[in-house]
Amino acid sequence: MAVLECKNLTKQYGHVTALEDVSFSIEPGRIVGLLGPNGSGKTTLIKLANGLLTPTSGELTICNAAPGKETHAIVSYLPERTSIPLWMTATQLLDFYQDFYKDFRRDAAEEMLAHLNIPAKQRIKQMSKGTREKVQLIVTMSRAAQLYLLDEPIGGVDPATRDYILSTIIGNYNPEAAVVISTHLIADVEKVLDEVIFINQGHVVLQSSVDEIREEKGMSVDALFREVFKC
Amino acid sequence: MKWYFSDSAPIYAQLIRQIKVGIVTGAFPPGERLPSVRDLATEAGVNPNTMQRAFAELERDGLVYSQRTAGRFVTEDRTMIEQTKKALAECHIKQFLESMDQLGFQRDEVISLLRQETGKEGVTDGGSGM
Repeated sequence: MAVLECKNLTKQYGHVTALEDVSFSIEPGRIVGLLGPNGSGKTTLIKLANGLLTPTSGELTICNAAPGKETHAIVSYLPERTSIPLWMTATQLLDFYQDFYKDFRRDAAEEMLAHLNIPAKQRIKQMSKGTREKVQLIVTMSRAAQLYLLDEPIGGVDPATRDYILSTIIGNYNPEAAVVISTHLIADVEKVLDEVIFINQGHVVLQSSVDEIREEKGMSVDALFREVFKC
Repeated sequence: MKWYFSDSAPIYAQLIRQIKVGIVTGAFPPGERLPSVRDLATEAGVNPNTMQRAFAELERDGLVYSQRTAGRFVTEDRTMIEQTKKALAECHIKQFLESMDQLGFQRDEVISLLRQETGKEGVTDGGSGM
């Protein structure tokens, strides 16, 4: 059964069409890159999957259910912008997640925080931008979810932090769950992905496995992306 | 182990090659248990399914084998490891000869150049040994 499925999904904002007739499905155990230039519809798609937007037409389901209360319990979402409450300390944030999500693995979160030497009593407000992003990723990945939706998890952090974030995603790999990573920093994520979905101006232009692309085209996904989306 | 990746070849194929090098050089000694797929995937920074695919192929070739509960091991068959070493060497030589062809060298020229170069190596090796 697909973890995430879109059937003829269309989303319009007034006269602007953000997604048009998008169909694809993502199976459990897959780490999928949602790749496209700025404004291609990546964030719209992720917001639809979280029920933050409703489709204009077509449908999107998560484990056969429309986004709603049941799916929130099985989807772990990392928004594009830091959205964790800044006044909290790291410990308070873990308490908060533990109260909110049944699937929260507190020991996993504590272990990752300790590994990065992030003081549990420090307020998130006092942390650097990169540290905040790490903390938010840690709580997101510490849920035993069915679907992880990571919107630009590596934008705006240094290369070492990028490596840490990617190895956290690999280290938390679960064959029952799927991970969707939206990004335009393809070279950095390519090796971590099973599959890629290229999205351009609201259309899915390609869904393929990373090694299929390399085998058939003799080039990396990054190189193919540059070719497809040449300005 | 350090992992390197190029842009053109499939990632699983690059993993297979590097694991083979690891086995041939003794980084993964014969009969030894291999780290888990997850640990190796994390170390190499690759997708766990891709690492799994590489191991499935190495297993099919007989270079590694799994034991249901104990994990995955390097073969104890030293002849096979020796053959793998030779195959890797042949691969390098083929690539080298192709590059020399491109540069327009004839085979006998290549051989005399190699002899010259390895001769030099011998001299410097001797020198440093003193």
